[in-house]
Amino acid sequence: MKHINLSAEEGSVTAFVGPSGSGKTTLLRTLNLLQLPSEGSVKVGEITANAGDLHKKTIRDLRQNSAMVFQQFNLFKNMTVKDNVAKPLIFNGLANKKEAEETALNVLEQVGLSGVAEQYPVTLSGGQQQRVSIARAVAVHPRVILLDEPTSALDPELVESVLRTIANLASKHVTMILVTHEMEFARQIADRAVFIEDGAILDQGPADDLLSGTRPGRISSFVNSLSHPTIRKEA
Amino acid sequence: MNFDWHYFFSLFTQLPAYVPITILMAVLSMILAIFIGGFLTSLQLSPVAPFRGFAHLYISLFRGMPTLVQLFIIFYGLPQIFPALRGLSAFAAVVFGLGFKQASYLAEIFRAAVNSVDKGQIEAGQSLNISRSKLFLNVVLPQATINALPATGNTFVSLVKETSLAFTLGLTELFGDGKMIAGESFKYFETYLAVGIIYWILIVVYTWLQHLLENALQKPYRRTANVINRSKEPVSENRPEASLETH
Repeated sequence: MKHINLSAEEGSVTAFVGPSGSGKTTLLRTLNLLQLPSEGSVKVGEITANAGDLHKKTIRDLRQNSAMVFQQFNLFKNMTVKDNVAKPLIFNGLANKKEAEETALNVLEQVGLSGVAEQYPVTLSGGQQQRVSIARAVAVHPRVILLDEPTSALDPELVESVLRTIANLASKHVTMILVTHEMEFARQIADRAVFIEDGAILDQGPADDLLSGTRPGRISSFVNSLSHPTIRKEA
Repeated sequence: MNFDWHYFFSLFTQLPAYVPITILMAVLSMILAIFIGGFLTSLQLSPVAPFRGFAHLYISLFRGMPTLVQLFIIFYGLPQIFPALRGLSAFAAVVFGLGFKQASYLAEIFRAAVNSVDKGQIEAGQSLNISRSKLFLNVVLPQATINALPATGNTFVSLVKETSLAFTLGLTELFGDGKMIAGESFKYFETYLAVGIIYWILIVVYTWLQHLLENALQKPYRRTANVINRSKEPVSENRPEASLETH
């Protein structure tokens, strides 16, 4: 990544878009310090983490302010859906067992999955697993939720339920930064969009404008190529 | 055929008297092996190079030497160097010898089991600010235990059979008793066959118990409930209320 200078307003949704391998996911993971930056700094809420001065405590404090949703869901396979959501609260000392379970059921209700609270992740569809993963992130009340291509690993018919869940959070002004290839969705729910290519930010601005496909520059050809994929006929 | 059936069946009333000592030796050795094996695994996974080096040396050494040689070193050799060990009983020497040796196999099994737990879950835990120790105890260890169970069971099966080496240190256990009975009766085939069958029964019973345990522990990883869940599809009954146009 190079020359990254980016900020996201509290309560806003920011979408990272760009070709595969451009560095979107790397940038997102850096915000949670799953990927440690070699230079520069990351600030979430009041916590600033400077590269070269990344103590364990700084990393933990920063992660207290953010939560991540992964492409492959990454649910704890040995725990029930309810425990997947409740245990991080208990482990972080944010709630006792009873409170954590109440919060878990409440958040699962919000994503429409209270009915599967006692089931294990393997018994759920990909879409359901991803919504549990979103519920798990929401439950710890982070300042920002980071979503890394949350629908990329899903069968097409399961994508909608996950997008609805994310849209629901956006309507409640939950701060989110989202890596996605779902251009139309990003355009609808994101306040800002950031176009990343070759590890650098090539363009950023209001999502509605940036992802319209009419803005001059490389972004339009990228957006249009996703909206209208063309296959050249072999001669 | 010169096979004494009557004598053969009578052995099954005599030999089982030595089954408890065989099982006791195997269980105690296994407990010791699990503790040392777990410790070696933690050294193997340590970022500190000398710790990894020590674990590597231990595993190489104990896997590379015949069990009998190790037992002789412990029982006959060590008291020569450390006089305080002169009172070491054959039973203790067997438990330590087999425990130390099987620990080297278990360390490799445990390491592979820990490494086979999907790294994504660890990342998810880290991103949720869960400490490494809590992640290990609550996420990695339960899954690694299930992954390690079949191979650990195989190690125990080997251990049960290796307890027969205790006879070489003068300890009478199942095989030792059989050897003495055979020496008295000169009916070697009947006696050793009976001894072999009793070992086999022990292993069959143990394998069945392990199968039950594996089934119980694997419950969270079974997909059977999925069919019911998908057919009911609770999602459709209880959808998030927001629509795509809410923002």
